[in-house]
Amino acid sequence: MTAPAIEPTVIDAPRRRRKISADRSTPGVAFWFLLPSLIGFLTFYLYPTIRGFYLSLTDWNLVSNSGEYIGFENYAKLVEDPLVTNAIKVTLLYVVLNIGIQTVLATGIAVMLDRLIKSTLVKAIVVLPWLIPNVIVALLWMWMLDRNLGAVNLILGWIDVGPFAFLGDPDLVIPSLAGINVWRHMGYTALLIFAGLQTIPGSLYEAAAVDGATEWKMFRKITLPLLRPIMALVLVITVLGSFQVFDTVITATGGFASRPGGPINASRVIYLYIYELAFQRFQMGYAATVAVALFAILLVVTIIQFRILRANESDLAA
Amino acid sequence: MTTEVVHEHADVRSLAGHSRRPRIGRGLAWLMLGVLLIVSLFPFYWAFRTAISDNGLLLSGEQTMAPIGPTTFNFERVLGLEPLASGGTATFDFWQILFNTVLVATFITIGQVWFSAMAAYAFARLKWKGRDSVFYIYLSGLMIPPIITLIPNFILIRNLDLINTYTGIILPFFLMTPFAVFFLRQFFLGINRNIEEAAFIDGAGHFAVFFRVILPMAAAPMFTLGILTYITAWNEFLWPLVVGREETKRVFTVALNIFTSQLPGSSPDWTGLMAAAMLSAAPVIALFLIFGRRVVDSIQFSGIK
Repeated sequence: MTAPAIEPTVIDAPRRRRKISADRSTPGVAFWFLLPSLIGFLTFYLYPTIRGFYLSLTDWNLVSNSGEYIGFENYAKLVEDPLVTNAIKVTLLYVVLNIGIQTVLATGIAVMLDRLIKSTLVKAIVVLPWLIPNVIVALLWMWMLDRNLGAVNLILGWIDVGPFAFLGDPDLVIPSLAGINVWRHMGYTALLIFAGLQTIPGSLYEAAAVDGATEWKMFRKITLPLLRPIMALVLVITVLGSFQVFDTVITATGGFASRPGGPINASRVIYLYIYELAFQRFQMGYAATVAVALFAILLVVTIIQFRILRANESDLAA
Repeated sequence: MTTEVVHEHADVRSLAGHSRRPRIGRGLAWLMLGVLLIVSLFPFYWAFRTAISDNGLLLSGEQTMAPIGPTTFNFERVLGLEPLASGGTATFDFWQILFNTVLVATFITIGQVWFSAMAAYAFARLKWKGRDSVFYIYLSGLMIPPIITLIPNFILIRNLDLINTYTGIILPFFLMTPFAVFFLRQFFLGINRNIEEAAFIDGAGHFAVFFRVILPMAAAPMFTLGILTYITAWNEFLWPLVVGREETKRVFTVALNIFTSQLPGSSPDWTGLMAAAMLSAAPVIALFLIFGRRVVDSIQFSGIK
């Protein structure tokens, strides 16, 4: 489990095996083993992906369950839709806050788990929030953040701050949602980073300790540089997830007969907007278009991240 | 409370033999760890404290850290022993929802782990033309955001007349996920080939080897994947929200979301809501209490691979 397997070396494995099993060719057997998963993949992954792109070129309507090819009309509409612009802005703000805070905290936690206490119990406690369904986490924090009766305002009251209507204030709603998901994901992210820390040879720390280096100096000179490749992968994964925030938003802003995405449009993230277009305004074709746009954004963001972070190069292997 | 945690750990530190580090820095680190654990656990305590409080007293009185007028009444209400007072059209039929969620999560887990294991065997152990290309294409499924496939899958399930059926909720997750195939393939690659070779020499076919050699030897990772799949299925929200909205087919996430959105805004039933939320998460937490180490290890595994 150690080793420089950080880069996507998954694919190297078959190469080694081929020598051994080259004598046995088994296409007939393989077909039957593969068949169920192949049906699943073609029906629920490949075909809907292609159809998703096609639907974005139609005016498919949920109620009539039909639609005509209309070329790039939806895309022209998308460029001029102020709600799309708003959704992108809101989502970007969410992602920056969510990922920024989460990455710093998770790295700190991972280093603590590595250098301070190697305890499965501590790991289990920090990862526990990640196991709770988003919807329940959202309910929990709606109550924690309640303006009049919530625990957060109660605690802030001890130092004479607040009370705040965290989820009801257009300026606070996105930071609050980002905070909720930091709480849910920081332990999980820390475990991913912790796994990366295990690939750094312990001898480096011992040598540095002999030279009298402080813990902080070791963190900057050893941990951070050698962690870069796995950090890059963790960032790619968490950023992709962050852009797709939905469950938390629709639940935490949609409770008690208020409209999700509010106040007004302050938390109408892209996923929520697509959901509303498709299933509440019945414009499935246009919803598919916004989904394709989100896919394009994710693709560009991922490519940029790989470029900047050089995710596929390892410093250790050199 | 914070200081207690620090003192308690101070002994562990000296035992661990890091005595050469600066005391203040390490003390600060222990303090941060204590704060972290409190932040992680406090919302659970707060939910519990609310769930065993009296709703009337809670809404009218001063808020305290302790439960207010401790009672099990809220849990009884959620479990249907007492009527769940709720304004408007909101309903929450706990036992029906529990049945739905267990059924959906169980079928998804069994199907997905089983069929993904078969595919993983084909990728890890069998030799056929185009194997690696097909595996790459499977893997690329990990890159597709679910929102792209959501709308076409919904249309497909509707055309099959499976809206508001268990089959419709289960089907897209039943036959495979790219992650499950990938996860198991990694383990199958690591299984010693000599045992298989011996079985082949004894005249066993591929199906016999798969059932009698591979599956028993990969029982542990398959079980771990099963737990992860079960938890993921339990937590799934968007798909059951669009295909399983009808009251008799709702799973916990969908039921809680709809229930909350239909509650009236004035004097909300927070105690009942927290009791319902805690009971809905209880099975997942129980799984985690029993198999915590496996879950933690598998997260680290997915971080490395």
